Amino acid sequence: MTDDLERRLSAGAPRRDFDLAAFRTALGERADRAGLVDVAVGQLDSPLGTLTAMVTDRGLVELAYPGEGIDERLAEVAERVSPRVLAAAARTDPVRRQLDEYFAGRRTAFDVPIDWRLVRGFAGAVLAATARIPFGAVSSYREIAADAGSPNAYRAAGNALGSNPVPIVVPCHRVLHAGGGLGGYTGGLDRKRFLLRLEGVLDG
Amino acid sequence: MHLPPFAVLVDAHAAELHRFLVGCVGPADAEDCLQDTFLAALRAYDRLTHTDNLRAWLYTIAQRKATDLVRRRARRPTRDLDGVDPAAPAADGMTDGTLWQRVGGLPAKQRTAVVGRFVLDLAYADLGDRMGITAEAARQNVSVALRRLRSEVTDDR
Repeated sequence: MTDDLERRLSAGAPRRDFDLAAFRTALGERADRAGLVDVAVGQLDSPLGTLTAMVTDRGLVELAYPGEGIDERLAEVAERVSPRVLAAAARTDPVRRQLDEYFAGRRTAFDVPIDWRLVRGFAGAVLAATARIPFGAVSSYREIAADAGSPNAYRAAGNALGSNPVPIVVPCHRVLHAGGGLGGYTGGLDRKRFLLRLEGVLDG
Repeated sequence: MHLPPFAVLVDAHAAELHRFLVGCVGPADAEDCLQDTFLAALRAYDRLTHTDNLRAWLYTIAQRKATDLVRRRARRPTRDLDGVDPAAPAADGMTDGTLWQRVGGLPAKQRTAVVGRFVLDLAYADLGDRMGITAEAARQNVSVALRRLRSEVTDDR
């Protein structure tokens, strides 16, 4: 049974447009001011595509290349760090600034703090050794494994580099095969080549 | 127990909850009320002990925030000399403003039911799912609310 009242309720229902992107930004800023954002997410434009940076009170916990893996990366951070994950671009500004300078050729080392909570065991030693390779230099999987304390564990070193949660900042692109081959790269070999050219290791 | 990243909840439910709050408190205050809703949710989020039906959990909070706002309005000075209610929700976007103010003044569950049924156009099963009750209970809430609104509207005449 539909009577006059129900018709009025259906026909006169109030409406208002909603802008999700603008709401996300406003909510993130307010939540951040209230200290409620444990993992702040921001997008960074770069020559390698739009990067997603995730920052905690300890530092940069994740830097993700564009692609279908973003949802899984967010879910992993939610599970292992905190589910209070929200867009709050201002918190990622220091990372954005340093990456901009790096891609513009004005920076050769990063000094943003890193949150290592997504890294466990041997991978931590591998990534710490990788972080010591300077701009313009390269190393090999075997050397990195040795620096990490297990000279024979170069395959494990390769896996650890492949799961580097903070590429570019921890420069896993500087690790190559001893014979001169490029090896692998999470972001794809084109990106690895781009970074090595930027650093003057590869010609072109 | 794995809670999804809070940002995922925002992206999944903000638009629908906004439409819900537009029905509850009017277009002018809906977005503020939605911010309050998500802020309260975020405050409690890492202490949450269940992951089932997070949408219903958000609806509960939104319903509470709408009630808070309706009460704050009622405490403000009510009528000026011209009989215009300065505390009333802004009438923009409202084709039947007085009726929807009455909806706003319903008890929380009845208001949620009416807004879910007539603004969101939900079937009773879907309405019940959002309210954490059965389809039949949702239907009853709508029915009681309509009876009440009908008597109030008749009193006007």
